[in-house]
Amino acid sequence: MALLEIREVSKRFGGVSALAGISLTVEPKVIVGVIGPNGAGKTSLFNCITGLLPIDSGRVSFKGRYHLDRMACHRILAAGVARTFQNLRIFRNMTALENVSIGFHSRTHSGIWDGFLGTPRSRKEEHDVFSHSAELLDFVGLSGTGNEIAGNLAYGDQKRVEIARALAAGPELLLLDEPAAGMNPSEKERMIELVREIRAQGVTVLLIEHDMKIVMPLSDRVIVMDDGRKIADGAPDQVRNDRRVIEAYLGES
Amino acid sequence: MKISLKKSEVLVYLLPFALLPLIDRNAYHLDVMTTVGIYVLLAMGLNVTVGFAGLLNLGYAAFFAIGAYTYALLNINCGWPFWPGLLAAGTVSMVFGFIIGLPSIRVHGDYLAITTLGFGEIVRIAFNNLDRWTGGPNGLLGIDRPSLGPWKFSVNALPYYYLVLALVALTAYLLIRMSHSKFGRALVAIREDELAAKCMGVPTLRLKIHAFGLSAFIAGVAGCVFASKQTIITPDSFDFVLSVLVLAMVVLGGMGNVWGSALGAVCLGLLPELLRDFAAYRMLLFGLLMIFMMILRPQGLLGNPVIRRELKHGPS
Repeated sequence: MALLEIREVSKRFGGVSALAGISLTVEPKVIVGVIGPNGAGKTSLFNCITGLLPIDSGRVSFKGRYHLDRMACHRILAAGVARTFQNLRIFRNMTALENVSIGFHSRTHSGIWDGFLGTPRSRKEEHDVFSHSAELLDFVGLSGTGNEIAGNLAYGDQKRVEIARALAAGPELLLLDEPAAGMNPSEKERMIELVREIRAQGVTVLLIEHDMKIVMPLSDRVIVMDDGRKIADGAPDQVRNDRRVIEAYLGES
Repeated sequence: MKISLKKSEVLVYLLPFALLPLIDRNAYHLDVMTTVGIYVLLAMGLNVTVGFAGLLNLGYAAFFAIGAYTYALLNINCGWPFWPGLLAAGTVSMVFGFIIGLPSIRVHGDYLAITTLGFGEIVRIAFNNLDRWTGGPNGLLGIDRPSLGPWKFSVNALPYYYLVLALVALTAYLLIRMSHSKFGRALVAIREDELAAKCMGVPTLRLKIHAFGLSAFIAGVAGCVFASKQTIITPDSFDFVLSVLVLAMVVLGGMGNVWGSALGAVCLGLLPELLRDFAAYRMLLFGLLMIFMMILRPQGLLGNPVIRRELKHGPS
């Protein structure tokens, strides 16, 4: 059964059609790359999956049970879909560790009163949250930076904090919006490794990326979008030679 | 370990104030310090919405007024004593906090500030015009002072001083705990980036309303103490200037820092008294202080240095 199933999803902004009845499915435990020219609707697709944009028509279902198109953002996360953002959206004035701890919000049960009263439950949860957050920072390669203010970290490290924060939610599906944008070649190499390790943990990854040197070796499958539609879908080599893909990227020939 | 540290923190900062009356028995000084203590409560309460959650509230005096009027009405009409009145004042104010928190679901930033400003004015004008219940512009008089067992508070400021100090200590202790808890961190996450917080599983709408409720509860408690101390309350004690003053205290002290807002309240609360000789220029000096503050230390006295960088250069 498909993990994520998107059927005939449309989204218009006034007269502009961001998504024009796109359909696609994502199988569990694979890395799927989403590519396409600027304005093809890739980020809109992510926003529709994670509940940031209400869709006009169509359906988004997750694990066959969750209708993401009818759920609030924080419930979508709790259902198992986490994301990162194209333009970094970390909590700049919080420490790296605190950033990651926010990802655990929906997985812990302490309420406001537990915090005020310092109940044993909340103390145990706090302890667990911070030790797991530290482990996640280690996992993304940021050992020892936990107490740094996130906004002071290097750009590439901030991107890693964002990924660790998303992983803290324990997602089954992780949406990465240009994880390697603005990185130098060696940082990009490490990002490829990291995404592979995430998949090895059993997390399905859907990633938007412009750099073909990253998408092609990393993805098990590539989806090409143009004008809010899916124009090609298949193994990287297959897509690379698709006539319509070449047209979309190089213009009509 | 961490918890005991917080306890000692409250003790260390407030102990000098607990010992102050032993050195200085001047009734006027104690009276001023009691008023400053009420400001400290208000600033710490407003800091929950403005400092932690980043929700600008320009009508905070309304919650102070609701607390004061709740106790006054319950006391005068139903004979409620102070202590249950204190809880009732906080609770009623909190309910209004939840209600005024509702617009924050759709309204952001400056627009929320205008909405809360409107709420503040509506409350004051309502108290001014509901003559039958609130006495209109003449206010309510003959409000009972608190009593502790057989012992009744009197005009003497000393017991009020310790009552307010105890409330400040309790509030500071609970808020410091809150700021290190899951709820506190989630509020800061909302301030930093609401959209990202929402996507990371924080139920932002609910938490914003809770922040408003908590903040209003503290103002309600402060209002009740104020009413019992003055024994007379009138609507003009709760005007827009008070909301702005408390906001200035939070900004001066450093947004999002519990002790910062307390320090800001002490500074701005004492300033008018220290400048009594220059009464005519008081507001001028006050304005100058705020301007220099924004130039030299925009993050506030005890603020976070990162905030300073962003205020100066914008987020990079």
